[in-house]
Amino acid sequence: MKQIVMKKSAALLALAACAVLTGCASQSKSLYQWESYQPQVYQYLKGESPEQQIAAMEKDLQIISAKGNQAPPGFHAHLGMLYSVTGKTDEVATQFEDEKKLFPESAGYMDFLLGKLKKGEKL
Amino acid sequence: MMPRILKLALCLVPAMLAVGCASNKQAAYDYTAFKAAKPRSIVVLPPLNDSPEVNAGNSVYAQVTYPLAEAGYYVLPVAVVSETFKQNGLTDAHDIQGVDPKKLSEIFGADAALYMSIARYGSTYTVIDSVSVVSVKAKLVDLKTGTLLWEGAASASSNEGNNNGGGGLIGALVAAAVKQIINSSTDASHPIAGVANSRLLSAGSPNGLLYGPRSERYLAQ
Repeated sequence: MKQIVMKKSAALLALAACAVLTGCASQSKSLYQWESYQPQVYQYLKGESPEQQIAAMEKDLQIISAKGNQAPPGFHAHLGMLYSVTGKTDEVATQFEDEKKLFPESAGYMDFLLGKLKKGEKL
Repeated sequence: MMPRILKLALCLVPAMLAVGCASNKQAAYDYTAFKAAKPRSIVVLPPLNDSPEVNAGNSVYAQVTYPLAEAGYYVLPVAVVSETFKQNGLTDAHDIQGVDPKKLSEIFGADAALYMSIARYGSTYTVIDSVSVVSVKAKLVDLKTGTLLWEGAASASSNEGNNNGGGGLIGALVAAAVKQIINSSTDASHPIAGVANSRLLSAGSPNGLLYGPRSERYLAQ
């Protein structure tokens, strides 16, 4: 008898523990696949070499598109800026246009940057 | 003997459930201006750094996009934004945060700007332990009207693992992250800054930011 009570209590406790652990966390699905966007931004802000950041972000994009997910806000714009630093001018505009396509909210700023690009000014 | 302990523990469970999720008894935040403004996009300005750690600004600035974007906002690319300021002769966070909101709206086309400051950032070392603490504050301002939409503050610490409740899990995760980069000890506070930013800028917490239009919870709030 005692055994059964104990087992039941233990099971209830385990259930309660699960409820406590999950109860407060409102876990919802990620909107974006982040990969190394924020670490690359950090590297850039610290003044590290853009070539390595470009390589990492190009790899990220392959992973993201292979899974059919979306890159986070700013990812393409940031990559575009890195291309401009290394002189890959053709690829800069493509990235800015991609940012605009994915996030129409960015249009004002992307057009501002595309305008500078066209005039040959530094971004 | 054991069943008695279990029964006692069972009695405590409802209390834990009741307390666990209860928000602090703070005055509810007035979201009238926020709800009227309906911002979709946010330009985050480089944070003011009131801590002695020179790298604090970069560390915090690099980690603002995740919580804000997952809350449902378009977040302008922070490094590109800081580059635009640089091209206009502005490198100091104080100068940048002093720029006229209308001018910011004109260049960045953002609905709102986030003004941040860092009160604490860094590690204190004692004989038995080292503790990293990061404290951040933020104000969200409508760029069309200059109206304050929301403000908040948050902290995170590397020794939260010793606490009971939800913080223990986060603390354990942070502890693990810190261990991974322990060799570059100057960066020990970087993951702590990430946690502080998430606490400050994730939507849906008591008195926290509201969800943005890209979140499925936007219409339900």
